[in-house]
Amino acid sequence: MGGEEAMTAGTQPETARMTMIQAINSALDVVMARDPDVLVMGEDVGYFGGVFRATAGLQAKYGKTRVFDTPITETGIIGVAIGMGAYGLRPVPEIQFADYIYPALDQLVSEAARLRYRSAGEFTAPITVRSPFGGGIFGGQTHSQSPEGIFTHVSGIKTVIPSTPYDAKGLLIAAIEDNDPVLFFEPKRIYNGPFNGHWDRPASNWSQHPGGAVPTGYYKVELGKAAVVREGEGVTVLCYGTMVHVVANTVADMGVDAEIIDLRTLVPLDIDTIEASVKKTGRCMIVHEATRTGGYGAELSALVQERCFYHLEAPIERVTGFDTPYPHSLEWAYFPGPVRIGQALKKIMKDA
Amino acid sequence: MAGHSRANLPPLSLHVPEPRFRPGDAVDFNGFDVPPAGAARRPDTGDAPADFHELSYGLVRVLDDEGHAVGPWDPKLSPDLLRRMLRSMVLLRAFDERMFRAQRQGKTSFYMKARGEEAVAVAAAYALDADDMCFPSYRQQGLLIARGCSLVDMMNQIYSNTGDKLGGKQLPIMYSEKRFGFFSISGNLTTQYPQAVGWAMASAAKGDNRIAAVWCGEGSTAEGDFHSACTFAAVYRAPVIMNVVNNQWAISSFSGFAGAEATTFAARAIGYGIAGLRVDGNDALAVYAATMWAAERARLNQGSTLIELFTYRAEGHSTSDDPTQYRSAEESGAWPLGDPVVRLKDHLIALGEWSEEQHAEQDKACAEEVRAAQKAAEANGILGHGLHQPLDSLFDGVFEEMPWHLQEQRQQMLDEEEASGRPWARK
Repeated sequence: MGGEEAMTAGTQPETARMTMIQAINSALDVVMARDPDVLVMGEDVGYFGGVFRATAGLQAKYGKTRVFDTPITETGIIGVAIGMGAYGLRPVPEIQFADYIYPALDQLVSEAARLRYRSAGEFTAPITVRSPFGGGIFGGQTHSQSPEGIFTHVSGIKTVIPSTPYDAKGLLIAAIEDNDPVLFFEPKRIYNGPFNGHWDRPASNWSQHPGGAVPTGYYKVELGKAAVVREGEGVTVLCYGTMVHVVANTVADMGVDAEIIDLRTLVPLDIDTIEASVKKTGRCMIVHEATRTGGYGAELSALVQERCFYHLEAPIERVTGFDTPYPHSLEWAYFPGPVRIGQALKKIMKDA
Repeated sequence: MAGHSRANLPPLSLHVPEPRFRPGDAVDFNGFDVPPAGAARRPDTGDAPADFHELSYGLVRVLDDEGHAVGPWDPKLSPDLLRRMLRSMVLLRAFDERMFRAQRQGKTSFYMKARGEEAVAVAAAYALDADDMCFPSYRQQGLLIARGCSLVDMMNQIYSNTGDKLGGKQLPIMYSEKRFGFFSISGNLTTQYPQAVGWAMASAAKGDNRIAAVWCGEGSTAEGDFHSACTFAAVYRAPVIMNVVNNQWAISSFSGFAGAEATTFAARAIGYGIAGLRVDGNDALAVYAATMWAAERARLNQGSTLIELFTYRAEGHSTSDDPTQYRSAEESGAWPLGDPVVRLKDHLIALGEWSEEQHAEQDKACAEEVRAAQKAAEANGILGHGLHQPLDSLFDGVFEEMPWHLQEQRQQMLDEEEASGRPWARK
């Protein structure tokens, strides 16, 4: 886990076991304590502490003018946050589910993403939009979506997706302190524990996972830097969010010598880590929950093809959600789980 | 299902609004209800929004037909301030005329005039403090002129030339002037509404005493952001003035398509629990007084005010528009609320503080000032004369720091230009 800024020489920071929710809550707490201009807003985030508890206790600690509930209007939430950013604050608005970010698309795409460019830096939108995303929770069509590809297509927005409590806290602090607008998608399937893709087996929690050890104080995980979760020689697997754990488990089960890269930041992308890995392994597989066509995997595939063409020994594989709305009862047929990832691994490794 | 037969009911019919006058129609505003100047009540700033029914449907007017300031809304401004306001309005009109012509001469790609709406922006600017933050739409260039922004700077932006501090990245007239409390203009309508509310909420949250003001046209009140902004403004009692410039026309669509047949735009405030005022937008004193009132209300933590400025878009929507295709050519001249510049001029003359001769002289002086500014701006280049910015500057400012993929694209562009042998490939 790279980019650990505050872990200064000689001092071991105090750590605690945290879930991803607790880590996010801790990030907000730490950064609000350091910077009086940081402010949290969104539906149910105030008194109640958020429908996922991510903002629990913050209003009591920092007061209602820094942590407050909003009307149910996503475009209003983001538009108001942009105005607050223009004033000089550093707002962290929450969109309750990424599936409900679309009413705010105009404010995000036309305003937040363009404000610095169109005003030649006179005005900026240093906002961090937190939003739970991804499936695997029987969320059906409107509580499961992964819309990251819509935003990675927009110039001027950074897109960040953590896969562990440690990264969630470090990346969120970095995102809030970043002067560009950041979309921070939180994989809600792994809020309370890593998910190996086997929905029919007992759920695990973060207490045993190395990523569940989280410094209680301030630290950052640098945006734009991927993490190599597992080093390997046979194939490079590019993934992020929940899929990091599903991939890791499937790779371990199959005994494939895969190099698993958790992208962590989609824009700006850590191209150097990807390029070095694929040139080493000669194979590349891309895994995401989002639908396939026009998804971020297509961009990854194109980049790898352009940069590693002469090193590729097999076609690039994409394992993604299908090009359908996210279904309810057929969730595990839709979700790119161990079976589909396993089949794709077999296919890409067949001539190895 | 209700237990009645539908056999005897008439067929439903869809109502599609239609403006009163189309091209070729004779214009008659005789049925037009213009409340007399001075008749509207001036409430306390702390009054409950529910008590603004009559003010939301009426019309706050100060200047009567003889140019006298009458009634409780008379802001009793000094002749000196009145003259400065008038000069800003005249300068704005001269600026518009000149830039419109510059577009027709091919010196820039696009322009939008504010003719007939000069009071809306200029009088508001004089009523606000210089550090109150304005979130304008594209037709409030009067704010910049009233606040003393350099005409050359404005023209540099219009010409996208070497003096354009936006680096040629924005369509003409989409100014950004932080120094003058003028927020970056976006092409997307009404997005600035919730942003202004957010700015005002931030000011309140920090215990500041600055307020925000925002403008949109009546057509754009139909955007969802208008509703969101009003809701936020009401919920948090944000210190913001929300102006709706009802100039009757949204490009070719008359105000009926924004809902004006059924209600006023000021009356929308009632439903949100915001104080609503409907104001004669061609009466600079009424605009000034209403803005001042709303500013005081905001500064005293009494909440936001929605002001409908009832006016008329005297010219085409933009240089790309031909209004004779959809409205009667007579309409502008017959507009019952007159011309804001003429009305303020007549007032000053009625006060014995101005004369037709002085006015004609000022017209000339303003035209000369604009002409000189234009000359200075054109020395920095005009849009038609090639590129005025380094090619690679187009990648600047997407992010605070340029990520690798933009650096790579920039280099690729420069390499391609170099290889093409084209003379304007320069760094």
